[in-house]
Amino acid sequence: MSDLNYLEKKINSELTTKIKKTEIKHGQIFIEIDKEDIIDVILFLKTNKDAKFQQLIDITVVDYPEENQRFKVVYLFLSHELNQRIILSYFISENELISSITSIFPSANWMEREVYDMYGVNFKDHPDLRRILTDYGFEGHPLRKDFPLTGHTEVRYSEEKKKVINEPVKLEQNYRNFDYESPWEGTKYIKELKENNDKKN
Amino acid sequence: MTKKIKNLNLNFGPQHPAAHGVLRLILELDGEVVEKADPHIGLLHRGTEKLIENKTYMQAVPYFDRLDYVAPMNQEHAFALAIEKMLNIEVPIRAQFIRVMFCEIGRILSHILNVTTQALDVGALTPSLWGFEERETLMTFYERASGSRLHANYFRAGGVHQDLPAGLEEDIAKFCESFPKIINDLENLLTDNRIFKQRNVDIGIVSKEDALDYSFTGVMIRGSGVPWDLRKSQPYDCYEQLQFKIPIGKNGDCYDRYLCRIEEMKESISIIKQCLSKMEKGPIKSLDGKITPPPKKDLKKSMEALIHHFKLFTEGYRVPKDEIYTAVEAPKGEFGVYLISDGSSKPYKCKIRAPGFSHLQSMDYLIKGHMLADVPAVLGSLDIVFGEVDR
Repeated sequence: MSDLNYLEKKINSELTTKIKKTEIKHGQIFIEIDKEDIIDVILFLKTNKDAKFQQLIDITVVDYPEENQRFKVVYLFLSHELNQRIILSYFISENELISSITSIFPSANWMEREVYDMYGVNFKDHPDLRRILTDYGFEGHPLRKDFPLTGHTEVRYSEEKKKVINEPVKLEQNYRNFDYESPWEGTKYIKELKENNDKKN
Repeated sequence: MTKKIKNLNLNFGPQHPAAHGVLRLILELDGEVVEKADPHIGLLHRGTEKLIENKTYMQAVPYFDRLDYVAPMNQEHAFALAIEKMLNIEVPIRAQFIRVMFCEIGRILSHILNVTTQALDVGALTPSLWGFEERETLMTFYERASGSRLHANYFRAGGVHQDLPAGLEEDIAKFCESFPKIINDLENLLTDNRIFKQRNVDIGIVSKEDALDYSFTGVMIRGSGVPWDLRKSQPYDCYEQLQFKIPIGKNGDCYDRYLCRIEEMKESISIIKQCLSKMEKGPIKSLDGKITPPPKKDLKKSMEALIHHFKLFTEGYRVPKDEIYTAVEAPKGEFGVYLISDGSSKPYKCKIRAPGFSHLQSMDYLIKGHMLADVPAVLGSLDIVFGEVDR
């Protein structure tokens, strides 16, 4: 592995104002940038002779619903020549449009489709932004933190209608999300049940 | 009078035996030549990443078996390594050898399945019958170590769940002696076989540059002549102590990828042998009681062990706030886990990077201009398993 600190300095000195923060953790460089600079930074990382991050490993998003800028978009890169990994990220708010990087890395196509499908982040200039993993006609973005684990609808075959239908989820038992950090108060839904009973009485 | 000729749209799958699972591939055909391929995936989507966010770290392990269900332990390995790095714990050397040995068994499991079903796709029935017998033997090794033939749930952060049962090491050693003959038999059937070569040589060629651009990893990139293997370039666990070679291809076609897989199986056998000879008795999981559960017999005697056991199996261990990407060389390519912890006992975010996802994405690029009959051959050589593509 080549020298990480050297690489970090190099990136900082070449891209100066475009870099907000760099950090070395677990033998990888974490870089934070601005949304507008994404194309420039990625082009630099891919083509510069000291960087050569020629492989895009993955694109993903992390959801922080309580923040103002809710989504953190993350790009993972690998350089075979330097044997290094870079993790690039920037924050956006919910309805912001971001640039697609399919023109630089053709493999970004499906990765961006997945991000769109799972988080509802929209990409500018993407050739074919459709849902990819979820069902045809699916609504919502399942990996957002405010999407319930059980989903909104369930699928079954209806004998009367002779076709597959979507219905609201019916659970025989409440989803039990145990809160082990305060074992004496019980889980959240039990607390809610108790409160409701207290109000009635 | 001129006749207007329309291209034919063909639905390949989702119930096609050569689609290797549930792939719906929409092909646009001009006569027998494929003009465009549009894979529709997600028919096996189970929301693994969402589920993992709602489980403790230990409860999340079985989900990794269900990704690439042909080589389950390789996936668990990536997850275990990620947690270990975040917790900063040491893995005892015996556990490292056990893990590497089972990862290599997983590699053989996956490559046998791929090589033989690829042969099946292009018309050879016998290899799959011979190969599956060996897979059965390997899966009994899985069963004896973990209790389960497929969904092992064996690796833990800090080591493995339990030690190998008596006699297993000897039986694996015996298998290592007998298996090379089976590889030879398979090679006799396929490597110089005229039909097999006609169906695979110069089909689905990937150049070095395209392999990089399309995010290919594993055999897909090595078949194109890029010597890149994470076991060598970014060694994890005890791979540094082991001697093995990285086979690479020349032309980047389906045939070269087949040859790479055959050679990798031979290397895996040599790695397993080395693991067996270097393995010594010792602990098989980290001795930190806050992370690995105590032995069952201690529960009756030690109050501390009982508390640890209770806390581990209810709340689970907490992982400090951190962010990490860890990758392993799974049989199909780079399998990575991008993990974000928030200090609680559940992962805040767990993105799974499956190699098959980017390989399948390139289907349109690979198959354009090929004949319809080449579709199963190319698909076979991509080594797709839908458990990991759809997640």
